[in-house]
Amino acid sequence: MKFARDTWLIFQRQTQLLLRNPVWVFVGVFQPVMYLLLFAPLLKPALNAPTQAAAYKIFVPGLLVLLAIFGGLFQGFGLIAELRAGVIERSRVTPISRLALLLGRSLRDVVSLIVQAVIITLLALLFDLRVFLGDLLLAYLMLALIALMTSAVSYGVALKVKSEDALAPLMNTVAQPVLLLSGILLPLTFAPGWLQGIADWNPFSWAVDGTRALFAGDLGSDKVWQGLSITAVLAALGVYWAARQFARSVR
Amino acid sequence: MIETRGLRKSFRSRAGRETKTVDAVRGVNLEVAEGEIFGFLGPNGAGKTTTLRMLATLIEPDGGDATIAGADLRKDPAEVRRRIGYVPQGGSTWDESTAREELVLHARMYGIGKADAQRRAARALDAFQLTEYADRKCKTYSGGQRRRVEIALGIIHEPKIVFLDEPTTGLDPQSRAHMWDEIRRLRADGMTVFITTHYLDEADALCDRIAIMDNGELVAEGTPAELKREISGDVVLVGIDLTATEQATKALDGEPYVNKLETADEGGLRLYVDDGATAIPQVLRRLDHAGLELRSIELHRPSLDDVFLTKTGRSLRES
Repeated sequence: MKFARDTWLIFQRQTQLLLRNPVWVFVGVFQPVMYLLLFAPLLKPALNAPTQAAAYKIFVPGLLVLLAIFGGLFQGFGLIAELRAGVIERSRVTPISRLALLLGRSLRDVVSLIVQAVIITLLALLFDLRVFLGDLLLAYLMLALIALMTSAVSYGVALKVKSEDALAPLMNTVAQPVLLLSGILLPLTFAPGWLQGIADWNPFSWAVDGTRALFAGDLGSDKVWQGLSITAVLAALGVYWAARQFARSVR
Repeated sequence: MIETRGLRKSFRSRAGRETKTVDAVRGVNLEVAEGEIFGFLGPNGAGKTTTLRMLATLIEPDGGDATIAGADLRKDPAEVRRRIGYVPQGGSTWDESTAREELVLHARMYGIGKADAQRRAARALDAFQLTEYADRKCKTYSGGQRRRVEIALGIIHEPKIVFLDEPTTGLDPQSRAHMWDEIRRLRADGMTVFITTHYLDEADALCDRIAIMDNGELVAEGTPAELKREISGDVVLVGIDLTATEQATKALDGEPYVNKLETADEGGLRLYVDDGATAIPQVLRRLDHAGLELRSIELHRPSLDDVFLTKTGRSLRES
C-alpha cells in the first residue's frame, strides 16, 4: 500500500515535469516517423513483400522495439542531472520506498513510450497496416516490458557511473550490437547461420520476433510467449538490480 | 538527542593502479543534547560531511553505532529517517519545479497526506518569507532564497533534529546573517540543530556547543567559551606611558589573577589571565591605587582559530 502510493507519487512528479516540456513528444516521434516515411518504402522490394502493408507488418514492430530499447537506455541522463541537483539525495533521506524511487521513474518512461508507440501505430494505419486490437495490446505489453528493463538498467548504470561522459559511450556500446543482432531493421532470416546463432543469445531478438508474430496476427506462435517471458524475466531482474542501486550509497 | 560511539568510515580510492584506503572518519564519539545548536567545525576534508551523511542514513558506517532521536542508526535506519531532516550542502531543489511543488512533494515523501502537505507547504513558505516566489521555478531564485527553500524542505515533516551541511557557504553576508536568524528560529521552535561549518565566526556566534574535527577525529568539544578558555585564557593589554611601565609591572606582578606578565613591544603590558572580564576591574583598581595613569585597556579573547591551532598545530585558515 505504502509502496504503491510512493510509486504513484514519484510517477506523478516525473510525469508532471515531462509534460511541462512537451518538446519530447515531437523529438520522440520525429525520428521514427522519418524511418516510416523515408526508409520503409524501400522495404517492399528489399523484403520481397507482396504488398506495402506486408512490409509494414514486418518493419513497424521492429521500429517500436527499437524505440523501446533506445528510449529506455538513455533515460539515465535525466537521473544524472537529478543526482547533481541533489534531488536524489534529498529523496533518500526520507522513508520513501527505494523501489518506488526507481519504479515511479521507469513507469513514466513506459507510459511515454506507449504514447509514442500509439502515435506511430496510428500513422502506420494510414499506410494500410492492419492489426487486431488484442494482438496490438499484447505487443504493447512487450514494448512496456522492454522499456521497463532498459530504463531501469539505464538508471542503475547512471547511479553507478554518475557522469554523462561515462554513460553516453557505455550505452552506445551496448545498444549498437543489441540493435544489429536483433533483426530490428531487417529480419534475421536473411542472416547467415553463424549470425543467427549469435542472435539467438540476444534477448531483444526474441522480443522482436514475438512482436512481429503479434503484428502478423499469429497469436498462437511460440515466439509470442517466448518473447514475453524472456522480456518479463529480464525486466524483473533489471528493476531488482537498479532498485538496489537506489538503496545503496550514492555519493 | 544524538549519541555516537566509535563511528568509523573509510573509502577506497583508486589512483592509477594503486588502491588507497582513506580513513575519512576514525572513531567519533559525540553527544548532542536536545534543543541545542551543535556545530561541527573543521577544515574541508576533515570528515564532517561524511559523519553527517552517516548520521543521516545516507552512507553506512564501517564501524561503531549511533542513537539518533531515540532510534538506532544501524538497526532501524527507516525510523531515523522519519525523525530527522537533512539539508545537503550542494542544494536539493530541481530547477524546473516551484518551491511549493517541491515542498508538497517532499512532505508527501514522508507519508503525509496531500491536503496536509499543501497546508504545511503554505505555512513553510510563509515562515521563510517565500510566499511571493512560491509558484515560480526554482531556477529563478537567488542563492539565499533557494537556500531557504532547502531548509524549509528539511523541516517540512517537523523532525526532532535537522542536519544542515554548511548552510551558509556561498551566501553573501546579508543572506548569511538572515540564515543565522532562521537557524536560531529552528532552535526556538524546539528543534535540535546540527550544522557543519568551516567558518569560525559562524561556529562562535551561532552554536551552543561545538566539536572540532580534524583528519577524521574529534580534537575538541565544548561550548565556544569553554574551548577558548581552556586553551589560553584571555589577554589584557594595558596601555601605559613608557616611563610608568616599571612601576606598573611592580604593581601588577604577583596579583593572584595574573598568570603571566609581559612587557609589550609597543609599550604597555600584556597580562595573561583566566577570565578577562573579571580581571579588568581589578587591574583598574590596582593601577588607580598605585597612582598610575592608564592610557588604554584592551581585552583580547582567544578565537576558535587559536583553539584549532593549539589542538592541531596549524591554523584553520591555512588548512
